[in-house]
Amino acid sequence: MSTEFMMIDNMPVEIAGEQNILAVIRKAGIELPTFCYYSELSVYGACRMCVVEDKSGEIHASCSTPPQAGMEIRTNTPRLRKYRKMILELLLANHCRDCTTCEKNGKCKLQELAQRFGIKQVRFSNTAGDPELDTSSLAIVRDKSKCILCGDCVRMCEEVQNIGAIDFAHRGSKMTISTAFDEPIAATKCIGCGQCAAVCPTGAIVVKNDTAKLWKDLSDRNAKVVVQIAPAVRVGVGAELGLAEGDNVMGKIVAALRRLGFDEVFDTTTGADLTVLEEAGEFLGKVQKGEKLPLFTSCCPAWVKYAELNHPELMENISTCRSPMQMFGAVLKEHYSHSNRRVVVVAIMPCTAKKQEAARDEFKEAGVPYVDYVITTQELVQMIREAGIVFSEIEPEAVDMPFGATSGAGVIFGVTGGVTEAVIRRISDDKSVPALRAIPFSGVRGLQGVKETSLDYHGREVKIAIVSGIKNAENLIKKMQRGEKYYDFVEVMACPGGCICGAGQPVTDSEGKKRRSAGLYETDRMSTIKRSEENPVIMALYGGLLKGKVHKLLHVHYHGKA
Amino acid sequence: MNATVDFKEVDEILARYRYSAGSIIAILQDIQAKYRYIPREVFPVLSEKLHISTAKIYSVATFYENFSLHPKGKYVIRVCDGTACHVRKSIPMLERMRKELGLSETKVTTDDLLFTVETVSCLGACGLAPVLTVNDKVYPSMTPDKASELLAKLREEDCDAVN
Ligand code: SF4
Ligand code: SF4
Ligand code: FES
Repeated sequence: MSTEFMMIDNMPVEIAGEQNILAVIRKAGIELPTFCYYSELSVYGACRMCVVEDKSGEIHASCSTPPQAGMEIRTNTPRLRKYRKMILELLLANHCRDCTTCEKNGKCKLQELAQRFGIKQVRFSNTAGDPELDTSSLAIVRDKSKCILCGDCVRMCEEVQNIGAIDFAHRGSKMTISTAFDEPIAATKCIGCGQCAAVCPTGAIVVKNDTAKLWKDLSDRNAKVVVQIAPAVRVGVGAELGLAEGDNVMGKIVAALRRLGFDEVFDTTTGADLTVLEEAGEFLGKVQKGEKLPLFTSCCPAWVKYAELNHPELMENISTCRSPMQMFGAVLKEHYSHSNRRVVVVAIMPCTAKKQEAARDEFKEAGVPYVDYVITTQELVQMIREAGIVFSEIEPEAVDMPFGATSGAGVIFGVTGGVTEAVIRRISDDKSVPALRAIPFSGVRGLQGVKETSLDYHGREVKIAIVSGIKNAENLIKKMQRGEKYYDFVEVMACPGGCICGAGQPVTDSEGKKRRSAGLYETDRMSTIKRSEENPVIMALYGGLLKGKVHKLLHVHYHGKA
Repeated sequence: MNATVDFKEVDEILARYRYSAGSIIAILQDIQAKYRYIPREVFPVLSEKLHISTAKIYSVATFYENFSLHPKGKYVIRVCDGTACHVRKSIPMLERMRKELGLSETKVTTDDLLFTVETVSCLGACGLAPVLTVNDKVYPSMTPDKASELLAKLREEDCDAVN
């Protein structure tokens, strides 16, 4: 078939299977503004920012118009500019304009586009309402008054996450985004994944900010503040702090955290190594005893909460292993239990649901949480900026003893398929180097939402599925329950792509996600220790601190509704 | 005095529509016909059986003016405020009724659940303007005084029914 072209602003551009003109335009290097378009969501076509003009002067929403060979469109005529400005002015007329005090300041699409289109005044009278806050969730904060009704959150929550906690309600000028009966978001089936906040163009849904608490603890001389950093964080801050997206900047983060005043800095990868051993042990135990499978992973708290709320029948199939963060939190609290200062364990996570996990009763001892609270990668970036640390200049440092050693298996937990690969390294019979090198090509890697692989364990074929995005998980569960599919082991991450794409991370595009993933695999390649069981810290823990306490500190029984 | 929901009845309605999410509007209509409003308690049931979120059902239920999420009075009075009725002074009679019943634009039902007063866009009976309906019975050519009389009459009727 010969190549098809269309004309965009007088330039011929190839049509290569794009679903809409918008995608072709962006491929041509034109950053057409949009509020309601995300390639991974269905097309809504409501904001009208993406308008283009055809040869006859007719205006089309490019996001919902399929490209055709020979089509001639313009993206930047006086009429279109006027049209876009009008939309922006209308939105601003109805929007709070206290940008400096908004959580989204500097990251807001409305603010960005108003600046880009040179909106200096709004001709319509200001009808912005008072803030309407919902602070019921530990993961996200909503302010309806800042909503521009693009519907991105609704489609994300429904189409990608299969939750549908929020939707449009009422109509006309009374239209809002609402939970059923406008109840607090925490009372819904919301799992705290934060993906709605990740796509919201304005400050209408933001990640809950817990930095104030942390600053206070950091300046408290009676507090010993200990921090653990999740794998995904190290490849998520680069672009925000003047370095390349996806580069592993763990050393710099460690150095920055010491300057911020943390007493001890550790790596959640150590916790991940514990998880690998515990989860592999649990899995093999079930295989050997012929117990009920599959075993679902339990690292992702948003997934655990989803299962609790929607699949109580699956709870017995979910691994009893705590998440790496919680395993490590328990180890740290135990290790410092004789400290004469108040020990505060903070976790820096790519994840909003971890904020909820930290607050769960199952992860408290005598009312004291193992992980006192969680800040996200975004909040870390904000603190580094606030402290005036020039990140690009800072010299990298290493994490502290006695938990300094980590494995490559632990670090790839941050990307979908990583947990599985780490467990495979642990349980596969063949421990040779070629076998290790072959694992990446077995189907475990890649950012796609559903993956399958299998391995041979003592002559038995072990079937494995890896899913990210709750909708993908739900579809898989349905197939399994209908008997169409069988798996022994299922890895589930709520965020599409895994933790590197967590809602606590700075927002990036699909290219950025690939880079982050590559960053973690590179770190693994550069690790001397490839398997969790080869990590000397872990072995020392089992022989020492964890003796007789493995179950108490590393496992959990969920009591049901979070 | 919220109507207690008979979930068996709800299930019968759902079964009639073969538990199809696509029939949500018809289902809500049938439920409303039964209870005069859509009780909040049915939302989780509908959500589970139809596999749609409660937020989505709420979205549908709040989109159409015909659906009510609050219990309605025994007598639902709809005052037409279409152009013809408006011109022929439907508003003064609306205001009279609201005043007498202590109702407003936002509080539409009396606490004793006897009366609900709402406006509708056009009842399609412009020749009879201004018009109101009580539980779908049409009262043509109304005035504020006639409206007061009507309220008194309905109250009496209710007393008789009780005694
Ligand atoms: S946090 Fe996740 S589950 Fe909750 S409303 Fe947002 S997208 Fe939906
Ligand atoms: S809350 Fe945000 S994402 Fe959702 S409709 Fe409003 S502006 Fe769009
Ligand atoms: S992006 Fe096309 S209408 Fe919003």
